[in-house]
Amino acid sequence: MQFGIFTVGDVTTDPTDGHTPSENERIKNILTIAQKAEEVGLDVFALGEHHNEPFVPSSPTTMLGYVAAKTSTLLLSTATTLITTNDPVKIAEDYAMLQHVADGRVDLMMGRGNTGPVYPWFGKDIREGIPLAIENYALLHRLWTEHTVDWQGKFRTPLQGFTSTPRPLDGVAPFVWHGSIRSPEIAEQAAFYGDGFFANNIFWPKEHYMKLIGYYRNRFEHYGHGTAEQAIVGLGGQAFMAKNSQDAVNQFRPYFDNAPVYGHGPSMEDFTEQTPLTVGSPQQVIDRYASMREHFGDYQRQLFLMDHAGLPLKTVLEQLDILGEEVVPVLRKEMAKDRPASVPEGPTHAALVAKRDAAFASAPELVEGQVA
Amino acid sequence: MTTRRIAVVSAGLSQPSSTRLLADRLTEAVVRRLRDESIDGEPIDVQVDVIELRDYAQDVTNNLITGFASPRLDQAIEKVTTADGLIAVTPIFTTSYSGLFKSFIDVLDPQSLTDMSVLIGATGGTERHSLALDYAMRPLFSYLHTTVVPTAVYAASSDWGAVDADSSASGQPSLAGRIERAAGELAALIRDSDRSSRVVDPFALPAGFSPVGGYGAQ
Repeated sequence: MQFGIFTVGDVTTDPTDGHTPSENERIKNILTIAQKAEEVGLDVFALGEHHNEPFVPSSPTTMLGYVAAKTSTLLLSTATTLITTNDPVKIAEDYAMLQHVADGRVDLMMGRGNTGPVYPWFGKDIREGIPLAIENYALLHRLWTEHTVDWQGKFRTPLQGFTSTPRPLDGVAPFVWHGSIRSPEIAEQAAFYGDGFFANNIFWPKEHYMKLIGYYRNRFEHYGHGTAEQAIVGLGGQAFMAKNSQDAVNQFRPYFDNAPVYGHGPSMEDFTEQTPLTVGSPQQVIDRYASMREHFGDYQRQLFLMDHAGLPLKTVLEQLDILGEEVVPVLRKEMAKDRPASVPEGPTHAALVAKRDAAFASAPELVEGQVA
Repeated sequence: MTTRRIAVVSAGLSQPSSTRLLADRLTEAVVRRLRDESIDGEPIDVQVDVIELRDYAQDVTNNLITGFASPRLDQAIEKVTTADGLIAVTPIFTTSYSGLFKSFIDVLDPQSLTDMSVLIGATGGTERHSLALDYAMRPLFSYLHTTVVPTAVYAASSDWGAVDADSSASGQPSLAGRIERAAGELAALIRDSDRSSRVVDPFALPAGFSPVGGYGAQ
């Protein structure tokens, strides 16, 4: 089980003092937060990708490359990589490069992006969101698993005799998650490839995601990648903590009430009841997230959103101390209890290489063509 | 016994409201006609769910902001979208349906009312706004792929004081007469509906969908 944090990289005014960080300040803060994640014992840092204000991470591999150099165990991921508006050829190259730079500590989460104008800004049409995600990923998958690719499709110029460079580290592509809020097509796609499925989880009630994840698990089994229980599931989460739960409520309320996504809408009490957002003591967060597997089955990755809505860096770092030192160690134990041995751990490069080697040893003729 | 379910959406803001009064009159007339009918020799069990939007005003606003419905609003939406017929009544504000009514429509999945039989009604201070039913409400429900019955019922304040005999004097059908005609149209459609017994697969993939795409991917 892997634990980590994910960030959308929003530049938001702190509602308690009116301070708005500059882009430079926010970018540097994100890099500090990523390093802090490793320092407090978390496994994963995942960065969003945006091409519109007030978000800063337009170039995720640049930032993740820096984090790679400053860390040694942290797994670097995305939340999400825009599979619709990016050229899949460039994704193949950028993330294979990052994989080499980070010695394999890289995976990605594919997402479509829901900001309408970004599509035309990148020459695409949002109404083609699903076909773009399907075709672009099909090409990306081939670029990583086949050395030389001849290809033609609907959404980009054809390729003849193209090899994306560098080749994936050790001939094994970065692990891929597919994130979706409501599209069965994307759950189907993740299941077809045997990839992971990530449910953002934080903005909607869990009942919705339980159905979608259940569907993905069944289709994963249908496509022959293992049993439904062995499908690779990741969940988002959100917490704000203080030793005394009322202090957490009082401290977080102005940020909640003014947050870009749900501010000026439901009360914090309603929202914490209806979504996984937990505001309270570390024990409350432990109790809430230890119960997630009762709803979603044993899963592989839990990411928390900790740095949005204008929370100052100092507060975020304090939150990460609590998360890493008081919450995650207990959750690791809780999640390990009665976890069937057949349920895979969170994906790592080393595990993927071992799996590839094992398959190659048992049936070389089946795998040879896929080794780059 | 065969069951038919009717959803009633009333967007009146005051309590009591004349919008709810009209909704209740329409509902009573539709239910009465269905109970007089039979299907394969069996009486029809008519179930009615009334959604007073005023009671959901905050939930609807929160749904607009967060993108998801609270559990209680979710239940109300489920009742509306899985019914055999819908009676939708709104006050006319500033030439059109009320903002609360439209907000409720806006939080529905645009496909969720497809094939629904709908009776539209509206209330207002004067009869001068009655055409709002035909230039605002009717196109709204046409866009949602519903079947809107030909007779829409508008009740102005003065209608509540008019007597049935007015119909002969003015040459116009009275409110009661309009309600009966509209109710007959809707009841006939609800009688033949299988909508409430349909099972919807929320994970149905589009026809021809392939997880690798269909444009040259191997």
